[in-house]
Amino acid sequence: MSNYIKLIALGLITLFAMIATNYARDLAYQVHAIIIMLVAGGLFLYTLRRTDEPVVAAGPIQQEYFDSVVRYGVIATAFWGVVGFLVGVYIAFQLAFPVLNFDWAQGFANFGRLRPLHTSAVIFAFGGNALLATSFYVVQRTSAARLWGGNLAWFVFWGYQLFIVLAATGYLLGGTQSKEYAEPEWYVDLWLTIVWVAHLAVFLGTIIRRKEPHIYVANWFYLAFIVTVAMLHVVNNLTIPVSIWGSKSVIVWAGVQDAMVQWWYGHNAVGFFLTAGFLGMMYYFVPKQAERPVFSYKLSIIHFWALIFLYIWAGPHHLHYTALPDWASTLGMVFSIVLWMPSWGGMINGLMTLSGAWDKLRTDPVIRMMVISIGFYGMSTFEGPMMSIRAVNSLSHYTDWTIGHVHSGALGWNGMITFGALYFLVPVLWKRERLYSLSLVSWHFWLATIGIILYAASMWVTGIMEGLMWREVDANGFLVNSFADTVAAKFPMYVVRALGGVMFLAGSVIMCFNLWMTVRRAPAKEASLTVAVPAE
Amino acid sequence: MELYTFLRQFADSWMLLFLFSFFMVVVIWAFRPGSTKAYQDTANIPFRHEDKPAPDRADAAEVRS
Repeated sequence: MSNYIKLIALGLITLFAMIATNYARDLAYQVHAIIIMLVAGGLFLYTLRRTDEPVVAAGPIQQEYFDSVVRYGVIATAFWGVVGFLVGVYIAFQLAFPVLNFDWAQGFANFGRLRPLHTSAVIFAFGGNALLATSFYVVQRTSAARLWGGNLAWFVFWGYQLFIVLAATGYLLGGTQSKEYAEPEWYVDLWLTIVWVAHLAVFLGTIIRRKEPHIYVANWFYLAFIVTVAMLHVVNNLTIPVSIWGSKSVIVWAGVQDAMVQWWYGHNAVGFFLTAGFLGMMYYFVPKQAERPVFSYKLSIIHFWALIFLYIWAGPHHLHYTALPDWASTLGMVFSIVLWMPSWGGMINGLMTLSGAWDKLRTDPVIRMMVISIGFYGMSTFEGPMMSIRAVNSLSHYTDWTIGHVHSGALGWNGMITFGALYFLVPVLWKRERLYSLSLVSWHFWLATIGIILYAASMWVTGIMEGLMWREVDANGFLVNSFADTVAAKFPMYVVRALGGVMFLAGSVIMCFNLWMTVRRAPAKEASLTVAVPAE
Repeated sequence: MELYTFLRQFADSWMLLFLFSFFMVVVIWAFRPGSTKAYQDTANIPFRHEDKPAPDRADAAEVRS
């Protein structure tokens, strides 16, 4: 019966997408309508072939974890990671060598179109899939219960991939509402909202069904990430479409309020997507890999509440010296500085989990990766509050220093902890005894670390240089440098940055090879991936 | 009073007080007597149930019978 409802819904969506393709007012919308038409039409045929077929008995499925969706999530994470890093390396070279903005690709593959593709691919496709996969993995293990909602988890996974494809193609075709980290247009936003609510339902449903009396701290962080991102996403995307047949929409906020809402969203995308969610990962995978419980559970509780209460106020530090009232930007600055405390508390908690097991750093490159990610977390959460101070911000804002800061956080903290989690997960999920090669993990570790250092150091130099050049005045009070002077002076640092990116990308390709060979070649623990439930 | 002014004043007085006291209660709660022992058990959650969910109570009864 449910198949008939599905068929009707999918048929209507396909029909609507066909009409939308015909009436589309812009190219991005038209291409999206075609993509939706193909996806919905394909699902229609898929469902049709399964309708009124005898149902295969599922067996005692409640006694197993739902790991197949996590396996897909791991593959998607690795795939989108390489794609995102590759685009990043390419646009880094575009900045150094503008000739790479080819004439024949003008309007599709120039820097302005590729940059949001890079940021979203890395944050939402790579980071988002990592969060999706690990949240599904961790919540099952720490609740001792199978994922709630059956195939809803598959809907979340594939729905999220559809969101990524729609967002990415939209950017290339010019379908963007020009809000940092919130570029997708209104219909893509609506789709993401549906997927996100399903994600929340699966996660919360599993927690409610848990067999452990306590909710483990990693789940608190994951839950804060899911709930807060939903709230941020909805408020920042309250738009009214100009037409149902076009991608253009108008936001309900005006002027400086729109700017404030945007950076309230933007900074908490960092705070709750890239920090809280990934701290959830840290609180599960670091203890697992170190084979000892977290250093202080009390500290982790205080860490959680302090982080949640403080982060949400930090957004206004993106708007120093703008039309935003002074009190608001001071508030943002003060809360950013207070954030030092929980951030470093969390870092200490993660690092000290290894106390008594420091020798593992010598033998286990995976734990080395996790430790350096926590180190980068500490470094970038020191740098961030410092840059939020108004006087420092007057030098650093609009310069490459900001880009360097973002990358030491994203590549160092988010990237490295994700790599660590992938190295942990693949042997477990594919039931292998061990990774294919630990020396390849070491190669990845050093390539990535040196790559990030080259990246961050060159951006510090070029950022501070450019900030100083912009404000330099001569004896008569005239500006000394034109903008083009700063661009010319930045060239060597841009080349170094791009090479750092190449090294980071090379490391991630080595990781993909290593994980692939782990699945193919490493000795298997059990013959089949589905858990053999003993007959009782 | 304007809505903006009202919300502004409420936010930096009563709401601030509420959030701060909530946080302090959490801190005190984390250090309550007996918490060390309880949290030792909680911190070990990741090392249980690695391969399989815990059996339902109903399932467990079935197995026994």
